[in-house]
Amino acid sequence: MRRLNTHRKPPRVGDQPLFRRLLIGIVLVLVALIIVAPLVIIGVEASAKGWAVYRDTIIHPDTRHAIMLTVLAALVAVPVNTAFGIAAAWAITKFDFWGKRFLLVLIEIPFSVSPIVAGVAYLFVYGLQGIFGPTLDAWDIKILFAIPGIILASMFVTAPFVARELIPLMQAQGRDLEEAATSLGASGWRTFFSVTLPNVKWALLYGVILCNARVMGEFGAVSVVSGNIRGQTNTLPLHIELLYHDYQATGAFASASILATIAVLTIIAKVALERQGAGRVRPQAKPAESNS
Amino acid sequence: MRRNVLPGLRLSLGVTLFYVGLIVVLPLAALAFKAASLGPADYWRIVSSDRALASYQVTVLSAFGATLFNLFFGLALAWVLTRYSFPGKRLVDAMVDLPFALPTAVAGIALTALFSANGWFGSILEPLGIRVAYTPIGIMIAMCFTSLPFIVRTVQPVLEDLDPALEEAAQSLGGSDWTIFRKVILPLLTPALLAGVSLSFARSLGEFGAIIFIAGNQPMSTEITALLIFIRLEEYDYQAAAAIASVLLITAFVMLGVTNWLQARALRYTARG
Repeated sequence: MRRLNTHRKPPRVGDQPLFRRLLIGIVLVLVALIIVAPLVIIGVEASAKGWAVYRDTIIHPDTRHAIMLTVLAALVAVPVNTAFGIAAAWAITKFDFWGKRFLLVLIEIPFSVSPIVAGVAYLFVYGLQGIFGPTLDAWDIKILFAIPGIILASMFVTAPFVARELIPLMQAQGRDLEEAATSLGASGWRTFFSVTLPNVKWALLYGVILCNARVMGEFGAVSVVSGNIRGQTNTLPLHIELLYHDYQATGAFASASILATIAVLTIIAKVALERQGAGRVRPQAKPAESNS
Repeated sequence: MRRNVLPGLRLSLGVTLFYVGLIVVLPLAALAFKAASLGPADYWRIVSSDRALASYQVTVLSAFGATLFNLFFGLALAWVLTRYSFPGKRLVDAMVDLPFALPTAVAGIALTALFSANGWFGSILEPLGIRVAYTPIGIMIAMCFTSLPFIVRTVQPVLEDLDPALEEAAQSLGGSDWTIFRKVILPLLTPALLAGVSLSFARSLGEFGAIIFIAGNQPMSTEITALLIFIRLEEYDYQAAAAIASVLLITAFVMLGVTNWLQARALRYTARG
C-alpha cells in the first residue's frame, strides 16, 4: 500500500483504500441526506412559487414586523449577555473565591434546560400566576405576552454563550499580564481594554456570533412567553410556525430562508474565527453548541 | 492563596451573581416552588397520569434511538474528518455545525417537507411501507438532526490528539486493524464518546421546535413531554404544566450531573494519556 504523503510511514489503522473509500462514501451520503438536504429543501420550497411570491412574503407587514422583533430581541439580548459574559469571565478567571465551581455550573444550566421548561419557568415569575405577576399587573406593566418577556426568555437560553468562550481562554492566559499592567499603575478598565481584550477579541466575537444566532432562532422558550399575537409578539421563528399551520408553506419557507441564510453566515463567520484561533481553547470534550 | 492585586472583583462578581440570580436561578426556583406547592398526592397524580407516562416513553425511546444512531454516525464522521483527506472535507467539517446554527423551527419544517408522503424522501419510503412523518420515527430523525454535532465535536479533538505511537506499537505486535481499533483506539475514545452521548441524549429529551412539526402530536403515541407541557399551558392548567415541567427539569439536572462527571473523567483520562 503506497501513500503519496510519506511523512507517516506505516499505514495507520483504517487506511486500507477499500475501507477508507467505503467509510468516506457512507459518511458523505449520510451528511448529504441528513444535513445538506434540509438546507436545500428550504431554498427549493421558498422559491416554489416564483420570485414574486417570495418577495411578497418577505415584504408583507407581518413578516417585516417579525423580522424587526427578532432583530430587536438580538439587539438587547446579545449586548447584555456579552457584558455578563465578560463580567463572569473576569470574576471567575482573575480571582479565587469560594463557590466558584458552583457558579460555573449555574452559568451553564440554560444549556441543559429544555426551552419549554425555561418558558414555563418565566411564566411563574412574571405571569399572573407567578411571583411578580400580580404586582406587575397592578402597576400595568406587561412583561409576559409582550416584548420584554421575549427578550428575557432569549436572555435565559443564551446566557452562557459568551462566558463559555471567554472563561477557558482567559483561564489559560493566566493573570500575569493584568497584574503587571496594574502594578505599573493602569486602572482596572485600562487593563481590561488594553491588555485582556486584545488577547480574547476573537473568542469574544465567536461567542457573540453564536449567541446572536441562537437568539434569532429561539423557538420553544419564546413561544411560551410570547402569546403568539400576530403582528405584535411574533418573532421570525414563531411567524414561520404560524404561516406553516396556516397552510402557507411557501411563505413559511420564504421566512425560514432568512433564518437559514443567517445560519449559513454564522457558520462561515465561525470557520473564519476558528482560523484566528477562537473556539479552540476549551476543556476537552466540550463541543461548540448553539441551538434549540 | 496569594493576595490578589487585580481590581474589579466586587463589580464583576456582583454583576455575575445578580444576572445569574435574576435570569437563571429565580425562574427555575419559581418553577420548582410552583410544582412543590401542589402537594405530593396531586403532584404524583399529574406526573404519573397515563398521558404523561406515554409522553415520557416516546420521548425517552426516541432520544435513545437517535443517540444510538448518532453514536455510530458521529464516530464515523469524526473519524473520517480527522483521519482521511478528501475533496470537500473542510466544507463537511463546517456543515457539521449546521444543526446548531439552524433554528429548530426551520429544521422542523424542512425535515417535515422532506419526509412527508409527497416529499423527496417520503415519496421513496412510503411505497416501501415506511412512514416517517407523523410517527415516532419522525421524532427520532428530528432528534438525530439537532443532536448530531455533540458526538462529532466531543470525539474529534480526542481523535486528533491520539498518539500514533500507540497504534504503531500495536501494529508491530501484529494486531489486525479491527483488533487495534477495538482494544487500543476505542478505549481511548470511550470517555469522550460517553460525554458526547450524554450531551446528545439530554438535548434530545428537551428538544421541542424541530420535533413538533414532524411528530404528528397524537396523545399517547407521538406526543413528546415538552409538547404536553405546552398543551397544558394552552388549557390554562398551570399546575399540571409546572409539575410535568419539573420532571423535565429534574431530568436535565441529572443529565447535567452525569455529563459533568463524564467530562471530568474524560479530562483526567486524556491528561494521563
